[in-house]
Amino acid sequence: MIERNRWLTFLTHLVLCIGVIVIVFPIYLAVVGATHSSQEMAQSPIPVWFGSEGLTNFKTILMGEGPGVTTQLPVSRMMWVSLITALCIAFGKITISLLSAFAIVYFQFPFRKTVFWGIFVTLMLPVEVRIVPTYKVIADFGMVNSFAGLTIPLIASATATFLFRQFFLTVPDELTEAAKMDGAKPMRFFWDVLLPLSKTSMAALFVIQFIYGWNQYLWPLLMSTEERMYPIVMGIRSMTAGADSQIQWNLVMSTAILALLPPALVVVLMQKWFIKGLVDTEK
Amino acid sequence: MLSLGLLILNGDKKVIFKSSWLPWVLIAPQAFIILVFFFWPATQALVQSFQQSDVFGTKVEWNGLENFESLWRDDTYLASFKTTAVFSILVAGLGISLSLFLAFFADRITRGAWVYRTLLILPYAVAPVVAGVLWLFLFSPSVGLASFMLEKLGVQWNALLNSNHAMALIVIASVWKQISYNFLFFLAGFQSIPKSLIEAAAIDGASVWKRFWTIQLPLLTPTTFFLLVVNTVYAFFETFGIVDATTRGGPGKDTAILVYKVYFDGFKAMDLGGSAAQSVILMFIVISLTVIQFKYVERKVNY
Repeated sequence: MIERNRWLTFLTHLVLCIGVIVIVFPIYLAVVGATHSSQEMAQSPIPVWFGSEGLTNFKTILMGEGPGVTTQLPVSRMMWVSLITALCIAFGKITISLLSAFAIVYFQFPFRKTVFWGIFVTLMLPVEVRIVPTYKVIADFGMVNSFAGLTIPLIASATATFLFRQFFLTVPDELTEAAKMDGAKPMRFFWDVLLPLSKTSMAALFVIQFIYGWNQYLWPLLMSTEERMYPIVMGIRSMTAGADSQIQWNLVMSTAILALLPPALVVVLMQKWFIKGLVDTEK
Repeated sequence: MLSLGLLILNGDKKVIFKSSWLPWVLIAPQAFIILVFFFWPATQALVQSFQQSDVFGTKVEWNGLENFESLWRDDTYLASFKTTAVFSILVAGLGISLSLFLAFFADRITRGAWVYRTLLILPYAVAPVVAGVLWLFLFSPSVGLASFMLEKLGVQWNALLNSNHAMALIVIASVWKQISYNFLFFLAGFQSIPKSLIEAAAIDGASVWKRFWTIQLPLLTPTTFFLLVVNTVYAFFETFGIVDATTRGGPGKDTAILVYKVYFDGFKAMDLGGSAAQSVILMFIVISLTVIQFKYVERKVNY
């Protein structure tokens, strides 16, 4: 702090407190909403303090049965789909990016620059701009309603490849020399030297990519036509499909909590890596 | 996205391995995915944008620029362009100024800053659809707390009927979701400004206000510009979930942003040629934004 100014310090905390309250309020209200019965949530104004129906609500949605539930897929299954998808995408992206960065940095081969630019151009082709033809390719492969269809097309990653390339370039040549002198084959060097050194970058990327995978919506919307392959963010959207007055907000909010809890935990508990990942992938 | 410095293959390794086949094996998985799921569909979109197929998909014929021309004549498409422009200006403008404001104050805090930071980055973890659902609940005409308050103030809130209300709803939800991201980058920007600079100005008698305008804000210009591009890309392409969860492009087509329209025309209205032409236009937009980013956003933050 440059100068001591009590009034300014007070103002600083006041502004930040108001900011935090406004930002967190929708999440708080979702938690509150998840603890009331559907009758309590159907009257205006709705309660702003916790109720006692939380357990019932979570049991209802997780099992997919109970009062007011009509042929609803259990949310536990949706969370399972989301978890598998997010983990496959995160690990898949990290794996194939490590391999291609290794090839680009540690080998000379024809068309190396072409490959590099090819990976770069994918930055300019997000799914959103080529929805229909991409769907057709997947459909032709018979990958609709499968985990392969939900994950494989999303695991190409320019940002992760560049991040690892950048990191590999900072690894001292002496290490490579020494490994070669000891007669280590390239893959042995990759496995025993590069991978252990890349741990921090991998952790940082994992956080970002897990959240990316868990929060995918447009892609599963095309890929998952059967309910059993719905990830939770898609399930929650189908729960709000009816008329405004017919939405069972207590169940919707319980589902919302379950949908945002895993990525929120990852962000909060792995905050250091999260910030590193965010800043590094953008640099 | 990345800065251009990254892309120039200058830092080549002096010590490399020799193998004629191994690099190809290593690159194969990434190359396969990129070719099959990126380049092939993108080419298809390009080809289809010059074609016309009948409803049953049995007959396909070339029709030159007809798809683009009919888009140009289509009032709903032009309206969607305008909607997207208004939407992204509001999202980028509000998102950037609010987070700059918060980061300015967060930078002043020495003790307990992590508490504020942890809570402010929470929205980043929330999926766009879930963010949409949370705000849909707050502004629900029948039970929403915010609409209840607005009614007390004499505003009959109904995002299902009033297009200004609908636009406000998707803007609020989108800004809320993006604030964490902007905040972290501004905070890093503020913290990278040398303390000695601020101290010197303070000794010369510059007030907090004056220091912000004459020292901090100018030094944050690269960060701000970078965030402007990122937020525009976000508003254009990553807000699909928010729109789909809250307004579904309604009332009428008043909040149907371009990405929503591509999806709707391609999958609900089954207009393949028209949707492909829209895809091609969107590709041009992404490419231009990326080029702008790489050309002009070189020195972003001085870490």
